[in-house]
Amino acid sequence: MQQATRVSAGVNDFAIKLANVNGTGSASANGLLMQSMFRMGLPVSGKNLFPSNIQGLPTWYEIRVNHRGYTARSLDYDLMVAMNSQTYARDVQEVRPEGYLLYDSSWPLDPELLRDDVHFLGVPLAQLCNDAFGDPRERILMKNIAYTGSIAALLDIDIAVVEALLGEKFEKKPALRDSNQKALHLGYDYAKEHFECPLSFHTEPMQANAGKVLVDGNTATALGCLYAGATVAAWYPITPATSVMDAFKEFCEQYRRDPETGRNNYFILQAEDELAAIGMVIGASWNGARAFTSTAGPGISLMNELLGLAYYAEIPAVVIDVQRVGPSTGMPTRTQQGDILECAYASHGDTKHILLFPANPAECFEFALKSFDLAEKFQTPVLMLSDLDIGMNDWVVPRLTWDSSYKPDRGRVFGQEELEKLKKFTRYNLTDELGVAARTLPGVDAKGAYVTRGSGHNKLGAYTETPDEYQEVIDRLLAKHKASADFVPAPLIENREGAQFGVITVGGCDLAVREALDLLEERGIPADSMRIRGFPFDQRVEAFLANHPFCFVVEQNRDAQLRSLLLLETAVPKEKLRSVLVYGGFPLSARHVVEGILSRL
Amino acid sequence: MPSIVKPVATHPSLQRNELGFTVRDYEGGMSTLCAGCGHDSITAAIVRALWELAVPPHMLAKMSGIGCSSKTPAYFVSGAHGFNSAHGRMPAITSGAAAANRTLTYIGVSGDGDSLSIGLGQLCHAIRRNVPMLYVIENNGVYGLTKGQFSASADIDSKSKRGEPNRMAPIDPVTLALNLGATFVARSFSGDKEQLVPILKAAFVHRGFALVDVISPCVTFNDHSSSTKSYLYTRKHKVEATESNFVPKAQEIVAHISPNGHGANVTMHDGSVVRFTSLPANYDPTDRTRVMDYLQQHTGTGEVVTGLLYVNPSVPDMHEMNKTPDIALTEVPFEKLCPGAEVLDKLQEDWR
Ligand SMILES: Cc1ncc(C[n+]2csc(CCOP(=O)(O)OP(=O)(O)O)c2C)c(N)n1
Ligand code: SF4
Ligand SMILES: [Mg+2]
Repeated sequence: MQQATRVSAGVNDFAIKLANVNGTGSASANGLLMQSMFRMGLPVSGKNLFPSNIQGLPTWYEIRVNHRGYTARSLDYDLMVAMNSQTYARDVQEVRPEGYLLYDSSWPLDPELLRDDVHFLGVPLAQLCNDAFGDPRERILMKNIAYTGSIAALLDIDIAVVEALLGEKFEKKPALRDSNQKALHLGYDYAKEHFECPLSFHTEPMQANAGKVLVDGNTATALGCLYAGATVAAWYPITPATSVMDAFKEFCEQYRRDPETGRNNYFILQAEDELAAIGMVIGASWNGARAFTSTAGPGISLMNELLGLAYYAEIPAVVIDVQRVGPSTGMPTRTQQGDILECAYASHGDTKHILLFPANPAECFEFALKSFDLAEKFQTPVLMLSDLDIGMNDWVVPRLTWDSSYKPDRGRVFGQEELEKLKKFTRYNLTDELGVAARTLPGVDAKGAYVTRGSGHNKLGAYTETPDEYQEVIDRLLAKHKASADFVPAPLIENREGAQFGVITVGGCDLAVREALDLLEERGIPADSMRIRGFPFDQRVEAFLANHPFCFVVEQNRDAQLRSLLLLETAVPKEKLRSVLVYGGFPLSARHVVEGILSRL
Repeated sequence: MPSIVKPVATHPSLQRNELGFTVRDYEGGMSTLCAGCGHDSITAAIVRALWELAVPPHMLAKMSGIGCSSKTPAYFVSGAHGFNSAHGRMPAITSGAAAANRTLTYIGVSGDGDSLSIGLGQLCHAIRRNVPMLYVIENNGVYGLTKGQFSASADIDSKSKRGEPNRMAPIDPVTLALNLGATFVARSFSGDKEQLVPILKAAFVHRGFALVDVISPCVTFNDHSSSTKSYLYTRKHKVEATESNFVPKAQEIVAHISPNGHGANVTMHDGSVVRFTSLPANYDPTDRTRVMDYLQQHTGTGEVVTGLLYVNPSVPDMHEMNKTPDIALTEVPFEKLCPGAEVLDKLQEDWR
């Protein structure tokens, strides 16, 4: 099986995996490696597979370089850096045949763990660092930088680039910079001296990253919220969404603090829980602010109640859901796409929400901004479903751009001017062609006053228990939701000549699916593809389903949630949709997709 | 601004406040509560307080949760926006609303079920956050709207209409609020408008979270002889610990607190004054510890201690803590909020 989709390693085409112990400082060393390759112009990805723990549990980092741009997770590791004795046995097994394993040879290797078909590269990292550094903590930290140096030698990574990065990082801490440089060279020199460098697979400078940046999805999301003009943000800490608010706060401190008065043109509320966080967002939006919350599945569960209120009372709300593995607490540091159905219909009664599905940090920026426009335009909650892989890993994406002519779409809000022309204002009957009724904001004019309620109301906004009056409003909400299909990001459709079927996917599956489509085509099995980017589905989705005899739906959850949503919300018959499901918690790889499709063709 | 008009008319409904509004202008829709429900009297007191304070109707935001009590914002100030939200969630919704627009006057109306059971957490955190709002608990010891189950404020051995006694200790919103650091704490009785109106007025001008617990009998489910939240019981056991009146800013008065054993003046943040005309010996309404001592001495006595019990106008509210600008965040122009293309370009220099 392993050979089925293997693209053999070579120049700028390989994958390495680093096995570490959480909390030992390996994350920054591994990031340094990845960033160096980015600076060398290589298509590269780095995936942090970390535990829900502060110190002591196993953690892995995977780097993939591919000159054709395939940077989804690879399952074939050409080089394993085995720095964690707890997972050593497992890590040895994961190296591909004829691959390499770098280990700390300060201690002898357990012969039972050796493999004949793997090259073992021993570097006495602990010994080198013990000899060079005095402080015990420093010795541990510098081991990481030392293996970075060895890898740089083995893969021909431009050592000047690594040095430059260290220089930038420790610009204000020259002592730290010097010890890092020293450790880097310890490992580098040792490898150069003892091994044949570089290995057959290695790096060569490329120009693939002109106009590209390296950023994680949560930072990009926060930036989108900043640029959208969000002024109120409410949240409750939760992995993997916390860094959205961390980044938002940092951006606000830098760009939203009035330099003259020192006053803050933002308000971040750390709520007591997610019930409160969404309540705060709704209160702020009711008052006319752009407001958002960021959370993960457990928070969405709690927010269900008030999402229904916002839906029924027609109040904008932006929710960023950085999905992780459920159900319940699940696996907080693992990725999944398991909140699709919950978000689509969050809350009791007949509710439907607008969903946006970014696939990478660039889309996180774009869709976060879009979420506010849609929430205000349609006066309803908008949920953007990112995930841990997109949100917390650094991705190479096109540089973000800003259209200076952008004007926020504040939706149908009547101010004094419009109110003057009316004999009387009533809340839910002054509708436009999309089914959106004019709203008014508190503090503007007594003529626009009304009572917002989550209880039964008629189109005038008055309390009702009358069937017709109730239905009139709830039916308009459905029409309004349908109308939003033309405004959510359109699906991305790619047709291939001779395609016999379609492949549908969503969000962070994108890169793996695109790679898989190429691999299938190379085997003479071309397929069309469609990446869903918004809900409700528009006509293009409907047409794609109609125009293919059958389609695969590739997603990362057990219950085929996107497939279910397609079955519920389009005319597609059940037998036309086949599932490829990967939901163990690690990012998708092309091999999963190719094998999944081949096994059901 | 309109000048202060000295009323000449004798009929109160025709008197005009300094904005030129009559009390009628502060009324709302017809109440749908049971005849005699304490909540309606509180509504009347709120109307009176807002009229006397001359709060511009459109600058008021009326927030509530769910319950008979939470329905009442529809029954006052029809010129103000209201939000009859979800059970127990009004504190968070008001916190968000207040964050977005600090220039409005916020009143949250809640019940003992809404605040002390399902919404207890949110109430506590709104107090901690010192959200600038008047928070009224219309306290009847039961869930009125769901037909008379005990609420968390029911006293031990108070009996339900069916004769069942409550065995669990009550949660007292007043001591709770004091414990949590609330900056304005009062208790009153829906049947005592004379006491309630000035307390509400002071609570409205208070900068920060003002909790007013109002015993408000539920005539349908909890006004019987074995209830401790009935009209009769409350009238009989009510102890007016403090007596106070509210002197608006315009009327000059000696500032600062001067405890003299019997009275004191507390200057509010806006310059108005709460004048305590009667206080128990050694009682200082600005000294939390003494107030708590006093309440401690009176728990379990069956007495219903009322009055403006504690006020501290000097604690920063959430906007001061956040350094929010004086204008509403909703009034900050987009150009000031969005850093623009050049900044975006520059900040991405770090992303390589
Ligand atoms: C989530 C939820 N659970 C239960 C209810 C039912 N419910 C409506 S009002 C109420 C209690 C109200 O009691 P209180 O706040 O004391 O108001 P009162 O009617 O006594 O004024 C309950 C339990 C609800 N509306 N929402
Ligand atoms: S049930 Fe009780 S609380 Fe509700 S309206 Fe009637 S008297 Fe008032
Ligand atoms: Mg009650």
